[in-house]
Formats: sequence, structure tokens, C-alpha cells
Amino acid sequence: MEYILLAISCILINNILLAQFLGNCPFLGTSKKMETAVGMAMAVIFVLVLAGVFTWCVDTYPLKRFDLEFLRTLSFILVIASLVQFVEMFLKKSIPALYSGLGIFLPLITTNCAVMGACLINIKEEYDFMHTLVASFSYAAGFGLALILFAGIRERINLGRVPKPLADTSIGLVTAGMIALSFFAFKGMV
Amino acid sequence: MAKSITQEFTKGLWAEVPPFRLVLGLCPTLAVTTKVENGIGMGLATTFVLVGSNILVSMLRNVIPSKVRIACFITIIATFVTIVQLLMQAYTYSLYLQLGIFIPLIVVNCIVLGRAEAFASKNSVILSIADALGIGIGYTLSLAAIAMVREALGAGTITLFGKSFVLFGHAFMPFTFMVQAPGAFICLGLMLCIMNMLGSK
Repeated sequence: MEYILLAISCILINNILLAQFLGNCPFLGTSKKMETAVGMAMAVIFVLVLAGVFTWCVDTYPLKRFDLEFLRTLSFILVIASLVQFVEMFLKKSIPALYSGLGIFLPLITTNCAVMGACLINIKEEYDFMHTLVASFSYAAGFGLALILFAGIRERINLGRVPKPLADTSIGLVTAGMIALSFFAFKGMV
Repeated sequence: MAKSITQEFTKGLWAEVPPFRLVLGLCPTLAVTTKVENGIGMGLATTFVLVGSNILVSMLRNVIPSKVRIACFITIIATFVTIVQLLMQAYTYSLYLQLGIFIPLIVVNCIVLGRAEAFASKNSVILSIADALGIGIGYTLSLAAIAMVREALGAGTITLFGKSFVLFGHAFMPFTFMVQAPGAFICLGLMLCIMNMLGSK
């Protein structure tokens, strides 16, 4: 039950994109087409779960044990960067179909603050291993949900006539605001 | 590439000012601009990291092999972010608490990596410093501008150097929507629209 509550709160209430403002660059960058949005969402889910678990291990064993917390930023980003590189090479060799789907999004994930941000939040909230796993997956799922919803709306907007100064990113941000507003309705749930 | 130092500096202030013209570094732009003070603090921290990493990347640009350059850049940036983090923890502790995880997240701010990759890895140290200062100051000013709109409408105050200046009289009802998450998106979207209108003339 506790895990379900945690999952709901991470997906809907503290949605990483709309409530915590993490990962907005890929949110606006890859949401112009449904296909790219789905690809990005899958890639983020894949990497975030791995990154959450790995950074938790790195933080708990070497860093906290030897009082090296000031190296957290440096070590987390290196873990994430090498993890992304590793995942890319692994997928290319063993699951080429998945690789061709996620391929171009993987390098972008290194600088996706949703990944790093979620890892830092896990540490800040002092989750244990299982909580980290659930929270990482839920944050990523929340990211995917918001991204895919947003891409759907954005495809429709592009069919209409948008005033020129508002075009593209500008109307995108206003739309994101509206989605964030509707996610506000989940606030009292947990 | 025969641009002068002043040109490299001033392009960051208007022509390529980060969150508006280059739509990069949006996360801190949206998250920390609930108070003017936070916006400026975040902007200055980012500027420091930008200048530091641009100098180092530019000095090492002939040494770093191009295959592992991104990893090297990120390591350099992360080092400077750690420096900023420790400095802020020591000297501006309340700001450090307010900005929270967004200080370590400067590492993944696309502006910093973008400048290292697009500019500093190809240009001399002096030009890179000018570029970093320009972009950094432009970013700081933009954050301050967004924060000013949001704080003035959302709370009716402007917070600077730990003091809150009340702008309106007692009859003013704060429009709290602006300092909450949806307001951030809509405010930035509308400001972007105004920038587009000004720019197209």
C-alpha cells in the first residue's frame, strides 16, 4: 500500500515535469511529434530506473561511508553519463530494434535534468532501496505521461492557426501551463 | 570568426539571450523565479560556472580528444558546480536552502554544456570569457525579469538582498497563481511571445 501511495504521489501529484520543473528542455524539444515523444518517454523510463538504483548504491556505499558527500554532484553525473553510454552500446549490440527506436534520444538523456533531479530527490528524501526503485520508476512514468499528453495536444495545436509571435515554444509553454493546472487537481489525493 | 570581444559579449545580452532566444536552461528558469533574489542568485551561480568551465575548456581544447570530449566537459562543469555549491553553503546559506537541488542541477543545464561545446571548444580563452560573461549576465537579467513579473503579481513584493519591498497598497490581492507551477509556464510563454513581437520589428 505504501508503495502504491508513493507511486501515485510521484506520478500525479509531484509530477517531475509539471510540479517540480525538471526535464523541461526535452519536454519542449521532443514533443512536436508523437513518435519522438514516445521514444523519449521510453528512453527516460529505461535510464531513470537504472540511474536511480545505481546512484543510490553509489551514494550509500562509497560516498556516505567515507564522508565524501561533497563529491555527490560529480559522481552522479559521471555515473549517469557512463550509464547512458553503456546502455547505448549494450542496446546497439544486443537489441538493435530497440536501439533504432531510442537511439538518438539516449545521448540527450545525459543532460536531461529529470534524471539527475530524480536521483537527487531520492537521496534528499532518504529513501531506502525499494522506495528508490519505486520512486524512480514512478517519476519516469510521470514524465512519460506528461510528455505524451503534451505531444498529443501540441500536434493538434499545430493544425490550427496560431498568432505568429505566439508560435512554437511560446504557445507550447502556455499549453504546458494549462496541463500543469489540470494536474493541480490531484493535489489533495494522498 | 572575426568577431571582436565586445561583439561576443553583447550577443549574449540580446541577440542570443538564453531562456528567450536560445530556449535552453528552462528548468531553473521556471523553478527558481518565484522571488527576484532567487532568480539573481541562480543567474550568478550559473554565470560563475559558465565562466569557469569556458576558461578551462578553452585552455584544454587542443588536449581533449574529440571522442571523449562530452565526458571531459561534464567533469569540468561538475567541478565548478561543486565549488559553487560549497561556496554558497558557506556564505549564502539561506539562498542555498531556497535553491535546493537546482544548484547541483546546474551541471545538466544545457546552457553551460552548450556554450562549452559550441563556443569554448573552438575559440581562444579571451573570447570564451567574453562569451560566458555575456551569456551569463543575459541569463541573470532574464531570470530577474521573469522573477520580477512573477513575484510582483503573485505576492505583491520584490525581494532583494533579504528585504521585501511591498509594491501595492492594502487593497491588492496577491495573484498566487503566478508563483505556483502553472503560472510559471504561462508567464514564460507570454514573455516569450512579447520578446518575439519586439524582435520581429
